[in-house]
Amino acid sequence: MPENTAQASNEALLDIQDLSIHYITEDGTVRAVNNLNLSLKRGETIGLVGETGAGKTTTALGIMRLVPDPPGKIVGGRINFAGEDLTQKSDAAMRNVRGKRISMIFQDPMTSLNPVIPVRDQIAEVILLHEKVSAAEALAKAEEMLLKVGIRSERAREYPHQFSGGMRQRVVIAIALACNPELLISDEPTTALDVTIQAQVLELMKNLKREFNTSMIMITHDLGIVADICDKVAIMYAGSVVEIGDKYDLFRNPKHPYTIGLFNSLPDIEKDEDSLKPIKGFMPDPMDLPSGCPFHPRCDVAKPICMQAAPSEYVNVSENHRVKCLLFSDTTGGE
Amino acid sequence: MLTNKVAVDEAPVGVNADAKPRKKRSQMHDVWKRFRKSRTAMFGLFIIIALIILALSAEILAPADAINPGYDIQDLGNTFAPPGGEHIFGTDNFGRDIFARIAHGARISLYVGFVVVSISMVTGVTLGALSGYYSGIIDNVIMRIIDILLAIPFLLLAVSIVAALGPGLRNVMIAVGVAGIPGYARIVRASVLSVREQEFIEAARSVGANNFRIITRHILPNCMAPIIVQATMGMAGAILSAAALSFIGLGIQPPQPEWGAMLAESRRFMRDHWHMVMFPGVAIATVIFGLNMIGDGLRDAFDPRLKK
Amino acid sequence: MPEKLLEVKNLKKYYKTKRGPLHAVDDIDFTINRGETLGLVGESGCGKSTTGRVVLRLVDATAGEVIFSGENILNYDKNKMRNFREHAQIVFQDPFASLNPRMSVSEIIAEPLIINKKASSKQDLHKQVLQLMDTVGLAARLENVYPHELDGGRRQRIGIARSLALKPSFIVQDEPVSALDVSIQAQILNLMDELQKEMKLTYLFISHDLGVIKHVSTNIAVMYLGKIVEMSDYASIFKDPLHPYTKALLSAIPVPNVDVHRERIILEGDVPSPISPPPGCRFYGRCFMRQDVCKDQDPVLNQISETRKVACHLVKK
Repeated sequence: MPENTAQASNEALLDIQDLSIHYITEDGTVRAVNNLNLSLKRGETIGLVGETGAGKTTTALGIMRLVPDPPGKIVGGRINFAGEDLTQKSDAAMRNVRGKRISMIFQDPMTSLNPVIPVRDQIAEVILLHEKVSAAEALAKAEEMLLKVGIRSERAREYPHQFSGGMRQRVVIAIALACNPELLISDEPTTALDVTIQAQVLELMKNLKREFNTSMIMITHDLGIVADICDKVAIMYAGSVVEIGDKYDLFRNPKHPYTIGLFNSLPDIEKDEDSLKPIKGFMPDPMDLPSGCPFHPRCDVAKPICMQAAPSEYVNVSENHRVKCLLFSDTTGGE
Repeated sequence: MLTNKVAVDEAPVGVNADAKPRKKRSQMHDVWKRFRKSRTAMFGLFIIIALIILALSAEILAPADAINPGYDIQDLGNTFAPPGGEHIFGTDNFGRDIFARIAHGARISLYVGFVVVSISMVTGVTLGALSGYYSGIIDNVIMRIIDILLAIPFLLLAVSIVAALGPGLRNVMIAVGVAGIPGYARIVRASVLSVREQEFIEAARSVGANNFRIITRHILPNCMAPIIVQATMGMAGAILSAAALSFIGLGIQPPQPEWGAMLAESRRFMRDHWHMVMFPGVAIATVIFGLNMIGDGLRDAFDPRLKK
Repeated sequence: MPEKLLEVKNLKKYYKTKRGPLHAVDDIDFTINRGETLGLVGESGCGKSTTGRVVLRLVDATAGEVIFSGENILNYDKNKMRNFREHAQIVFQDPFASLNPRMSVSEIIAEPLIINKKASSKQDLHKQVLQLMDTVGLAARLENVYPHELDGGRRQRIGIARSLALKPSFIVQDEPVSALDVSIQAQILNLMDELQKEMKLTYLFISHDLGVIKHVSTNIAVMYLGKIVEMSDYASIFKDPLHPYTKALLSAIPVPNVDVHRERIILEGDVPSPISPPPGCRFYGRCFMRQDVCKDQDPVLNQISETRKVACHLVKK
């Protein structure tokens, strides 16, 4: 059961349909995101899991409409956010969405803060930008936000470099939540932090998410973080979601060969194993994706059909769990 | 060796996938690919290649006669001839063909540029590398020498060197070369300081590499980009400085056709015979322009991030 | 009877800083037996990487002994050091920064062989390089490729091949898989495992990832602010962590299993600065079990059982 069923309504806050984002360069087209489907209800947290180059960050930038253009282009699909298609919005309209209704936390807390402005003023700036308040009110709200993320008022006027990595990430979280956004996108927010600090930050994010009733997309490569903080999981490979579902369903019963491979690659802290079972081969080159299913060269159970046809439809594993793999579709005879 | 090989390495290589074994292709290849895309840089390269061809073929275009070299064949009956006809750039106050002098002058200018850059580059790179690699006293001593060099105005330095060693092409080249040392030393020192901290330097040390090998094999090749850019731009500066010194009479002595010297000689006739001033002037401007275009192109090609 | 390959005694490494001495490594002892792996785990700034470098004398120690095959290498002269380098190698964390971008794959792997004159001819050198590439699973066709054209996993294989070139008996693995994706990480861990068995290698394996450490190690040492706070065989420390820091560290790892629920210990505050550390236990400020004695007295690493040592006033035999 999702942790915050109480707040979750049935309305989909975000519904991405067949999103494709390509980077068109002189050397060729990088197909970063291909026919990606994803949906998220209010108050829900989804973990977007995948390895380097899977297209996680591009997806996030796509939702924010921040894909650098050129060379990036949203070449197809829709991003429905609270009933509106973000891909159709003007740049000016998007500016009102960013930071106010959707905000984003980046991996590196140092580079996402301005080194020459005190942290309190950086938060106040966002509030002033989106809300009709006086400067004094904004500053007061900023200090309040800092308190919420566990930074005492006497440190509010300090500069980013005076804080440790974990504290800086708290400041970034305070900025992201300052305008009470409906959707928070966190791009590997704890990857740069030590485990004990990561535990602090994750705990904080869990509490704030509940307090603000914010939906969240948690981009991560760490299945442990998903198990800890998310309600749903989407596994990405080569720019599309290959398996998506309720956290409990998917973790207990992973179906896609890539998902299974990911779980098997992890050293298990609970029991002893002689050797790990890695996925063979390497991530495919997004400029030159394999024919058929992009995972087939690395797949141990690929069938001849997988080399020719890419799976296009999701197959329901259970009510809340779907997989995109030809092994499970009826046309190839199923399992 | 290993019984069950962990990875069957069948995936394509990087972005440019090709499954065949590859000839060696260094990063210079990529630099050239990017350089080629810049029109201004290619134009600069075209100018310089044309100039090199002109310099190489000077003896053919303007051959010597029985007595005089090609640039000093005087025709006193045909002085100050305007451009066009037999003498496309016209003739000077001694009736010498200006085109012949420009062509032969190209040799001198390119030679000067090359020698000066070699002097300042070799010395500057060595000093900069030593200074950056061995911090502490060595660094301090070298950098103070560089500071002193920088504190003396270039002309004063050049004039004193030439005054001490006497005028002439060789001493001008030494003077200009010495003046160029600080530029290289500083650039190299800065990049050595950053490369020195990289992990692959520690890796080299861990397999037993000595300091000489670390500097020459690992540090300097990774500082090449700014050095090459500085050398290209520096060559332009060197040609200009040598021309300036010749112009004030410290450099090449007549009848040698150095462009700066040609400018100086023609100063007196500027009012009535514009072509005598224009062609050497345009020649200097063109070579400087070409080298700077190449330098800019190289800088962008080495570091594509700098360019939007 | 296991044979001691490396023994570290009272090893210290202090750095001079403007605000006082930085105690990067502060009086640590450990031994590694031939063919075994000591896992050194801790958070950033705890001194684990410095330890790895001091042991290889890539960084000079402030005090202590590093005894390798019975000899203190800290007393070695230049010639003996060169000889030592053939026996002890290192694999670095960053597969990008640790390879010279101006050298091709084969040039990088050949370098140790050239420097130490291990090849009789050009052909012999080439043969050895290809063999090393084969050993680490790099296709021969990659020999003339430059590192920037390769992905992290293959770059790390280059680093491993370079470390194997001189046929060492001991390798410091400094976070060799931290920069890699999990599926690639598993490939590299398996490779290291096989190489260890095949070539009877001894590893000092440094990592911040307890899962990785558990998988590779024979014994585990946990470091905090320059000190070893707990040492154990690999299994018991996970079943029953003794030092409060180890407990917190273990509980902080997110477990990729929705049916396992651990009691989470959230430590307060950040790791304090290693510059001029106060007397008493280094962990005092963040410890959830602290008592008055911990404030003034620095606990020593006590033998608790045959395989375990802990530096904590609260843990008794």
